[in-house]
Amino acid sequence: MSSIYLDHAATTPMLDCAIDAMTTALSKLGNPSSLHTPGRSVRKDIEEAREVIGREVGSLASEIIFTGSGTEANNIALKGLFWKRRTEGRNVVLISAIEHHAIIDPAQWLATHEKAEVVEIPVTNDGVIDCAFVEEFLAKRADEVALIAVMHSNNETGVLQPISELVNLAGDIPVHCDAVQSFGKVPLSFSELGLTSLTLSAHKIGGPLGIGALVLKRGIEIPALLHGGGQEREIRSGTLNTPSIVAFATAIASHQYLSDAVTKLRDYFISSVHALLPDAILNGAKSARLPGIVNFTFPGTQSDTLLLLMDSANVSCSTGSACSAGVHEASHVLLAMGHTEKTAQSSLRFSLGASTTQSDIDYVLSVLPDVIARGRAANLS
Amino acid sequence: MKLIAAMSGGVDSAVAAARAVEAGHEVIGVHLALSANPQKYRSGARGCCTIEDSHDARRAADVIGIPFYIWDMAEEFHDGVVEDFLAEYAQGRTPNPCLRCNEKIKFAAVLDRARAMGFDGVVTGHYARTEITPEGKTLHRAIDISKDQSYVLSVLTVEQIAGAIFPLGDTTKVDIRKEAAERGLAVAEKPDSHDICFVPSGDNAGWLRDRLGSETGPIVDQSGTKIGEHKGAYTYTIGQRKGLGLTVPTIDGSPRFVLKIEPVSNTVVVGSREELAITSMKGERPVWCGVAVTSTPTRGFVQIRAHGQALPCTYFFDGTNLHAQLDEALLGLATGQAMVIYDGDRVVGSATICETN
Repeated sequence: MSSIYLDHAATTPMLDCAIDAMTTALSKLGNPSSLHTPGRSVRKDIEEAREVIGREVGSLASEIIFTGSGTEANNIALKGLFWKRRTEGRNVVLISAIEHHAIIDPAQWLATHEKAEVVEIPVTNDGVIDCAFVEEFLAKRADEVALIAVMHSNNETGVLQPISELVNLAGDIPVHCDAVQSFGKVPLSFSELGLTSLTLSAHKIGGPLGIGALVLKRGIEIPALLHGGGQEREIRSGTLNTPSIVAFATAIASHQYLSDAVTKLRDYFISSVHALLPDAILNGAKSARLPGIVNFTFPGTQSDTLLLLMDSANVSCSTGSACSAGVHEASHVLLAMGHTEKTAQSSLRFSLGASTTQSDIDYVLSVLPDVIARGRAANLS
Repeated sequence: MKLIAAMSGGVDSAVAAARAVEAGHEVIGVHLALSANPQKYRSGARGCCTIEDSHDARRAADVIGIPFYIWDMAEEFHDGVVEDFLAEYAQGRTPNPCLRCNEKIKFAAVLDRARAMGFDGVVTGHYARTEITPEGKTLHRAIDISKDQSYVLSVLTVEQIAGAIFPLGDTTKVDIRKEAAERGLAVAEKPDSHDICFVPSGDNAGWLRDRLGSETGPIVDQSGTKIGEHKGAYTYTIGQRKGLGLTVPTIDGSPRFVLKIEPVSNTVVVGSREELAITSMKGERPVWCGVAVTSTPTRGFVQIRAHGQALPCTYFFDGTNLHAQLDEALLGLATGQAMVIYDGDRVVGSATICETN
C-alpha cells in the first residue's frame, strides 16, 4: 500500500495544476531580464505570478521579492532589517522562543558576528507569545530594538500568534513574520497586519521546492545578502526562476486547500485519539490553531521509536523537532511551552493537507494504539 | 524474521545488513548515535559516531534498499561504556570498552528495544559465528581468525545470543570488501575503525589524564623503594618497559617492567620480567554463552586480549568467580580485561579479571 502522508507541514504533494504550469514554463526559453521578445515573454509570466501572489497575501505586487526558499527570505529580512536599523543605534533582535530555526539561527548569527542582542519572547503553556512581556520590554527598551520577528503560526503545534496585537505594540519598530505555515491555510493579509516583512514558501502550499518569497513593505530598502544582477529590488540577485515562480502562483491561486474540511478531519482525528488513548496530551489545545497541524504528547514513549513504528505501518508523520546528525533533540517549541526534555521527546506531529481523506485518518487511528503500546514497551526496555 | 541491522557506517555492518536482506529477512537499518557531540568529519580511521559515518550508513541502507533510522543512544553509551571505562581506569584496571558496548548497548539496549518494538533480533557486522546445537544457539569464532571478534562478544548471555545475527562469520575480511564493492556499497574501501571510538584523538593516555587528573606519583620496586616518578598512573600499562624514565638502574642492568598500577596511592610498581609472569587468573561477574561452567576442572583455552592467543588452560567456576590455570606462564596481565574461555572455537563464557597470580 502507498503511505499515508500526514507530514504536510514538512512539505506538500505538488498540485497537478502546478506541475502542469511548471512543465509548460520549463520548455519556454528566456531570461526575464533580457530585453528581447523571449525575455519579455517570461518577464510577463513572472509579473503575472507576482500579482497573483500579491493578491493572495494582501500586498502590492511590487512588495514581493522572490527568493530560493523561505529560509532565504527570513535571512534577508532579519539581517537586512538589523543592518539597516543598527546604523540608527539599535541592536536588540526580539524573537519568539518558538521560532523556526530559519529565524533563530540568523538571529544567533547576528548575535555572534554583529553584536546583536537576541531577546526571546516567552510563550504560554498553550504556545502563544506573551504580549505582556513584549509590552513591558518595549516600555523600557523600545529605542534599542532593531526588529521583532514572530511567526504567524507555529510549525510544530500549529498555534496561531497574535501578530496584529504585536504590530500594535511594536509601533515604529519593524515586525517580520514567518508565515510559511499559515499562507493559504488561514486568512492572511500583509497590509492589514501592518507588517514590515513576511515570508512565504511555495512547497508548503502544493507548489515546487526551492522557491519562496519575501514580502517587503514598499519604500523599505535593506542591504542585500546576495549581490549580483540586482534582479529583485537590488535586494536579491540571481536569475529569476520562472518555472517555479509560475507554479508557485498557480498553486496558491487554485485554492485547493479547503480549511473547513481540513479542520473537520483534524477535529475528528483529535477526538478519536483522545478516545483511544486517554492519556495523550494535545499540545496547544486551548489555543487557536492552524487547520492541519496536530501535536500530541504520548507519555512514556520516545518519539523516534514511534516514528519508526509509524513508518513501518506506512504512516508518515514527524517528531517536529530539529535534527542534528539525524538525532532527535527535544523540541525547543515544546520546551518553551513548559515540557520537560522527556515529555518533549514523547511527542509526534501529524499534519493534514488538502489531499488528506477520512480513510487516511481512519487508517492512522487503526494502527496508532498498537504503535503507542509498542513504543511504551520499547521505552521501558 | 524481522530484524534491526545496526549500521555503523562501515563496510562490515553494511554487508551484514545486505546479507540479512538476501537471506529473506525483513530488515530495518539503524545507526546508533553514541556521542552527544558528534564530530563532523572522520579523522583517519578513528571514531564510529561522526556525522559522516551516519551519512555513510544511510547511503548503504539506500543501496541495500531498506528503511533507515538513527537511534540516539548517547546517554546509554555514556553511562554504560564511557563512565565504566573511566571508573575501571580509576581503579587501576584496564577495561575493554568494545566488550562493554556489546554487553550494554548493542545486545542490551538495542536488542531489548528491538524486541519490544516487535523485532526478532539484531544483525551486526561482527566477525563471529553462531550454531544451532542440541544445547541451543552457541557462539563461535569467525572463519577469519585475524578478524575474529568472538572475544568482545563473550559477554552475551544465551538470551542475547538467541537474538544476535552475525552474517559475516563465514567469510574473510578481504572477501567482505570485495563483496561490498560488488554490491555497489560506497564504503567498500573505507578504512577499518580501530582504537577507542570515544577517544577521537587516539591519545588514550591524554584523554584519561584530562578526565582523571595527572597527578605525579612515585614509581616503586617490589620492595616499595622509590626509583622514579610518573606523570599520571593512567599513562602506564601492565608489562610496559619503555618510557619509564627510571633513575636507579637494577644491579645486573636487567630491564624493569610495570607490574601494577595502584590508583589509591597513585603508585606505579615495577619489577623484573620474572615478576611479571603469572600462571593463574580469577574473574568476577562471569557470563555463560551456553551451558554454565561447573566446579569440575575442565580443559580448554583462555584468551585475555581481543586479538590475543588462546592459551591452553584448566578452568572451573567456584560459585562466584571463574578460575583459569595456565599450562604455561604468561607475561603481563592487567586486571579489568576479560578472560574468555573457549572450547575449541566455541565461546564458553567470560569474566572480568580481578586477580592474577
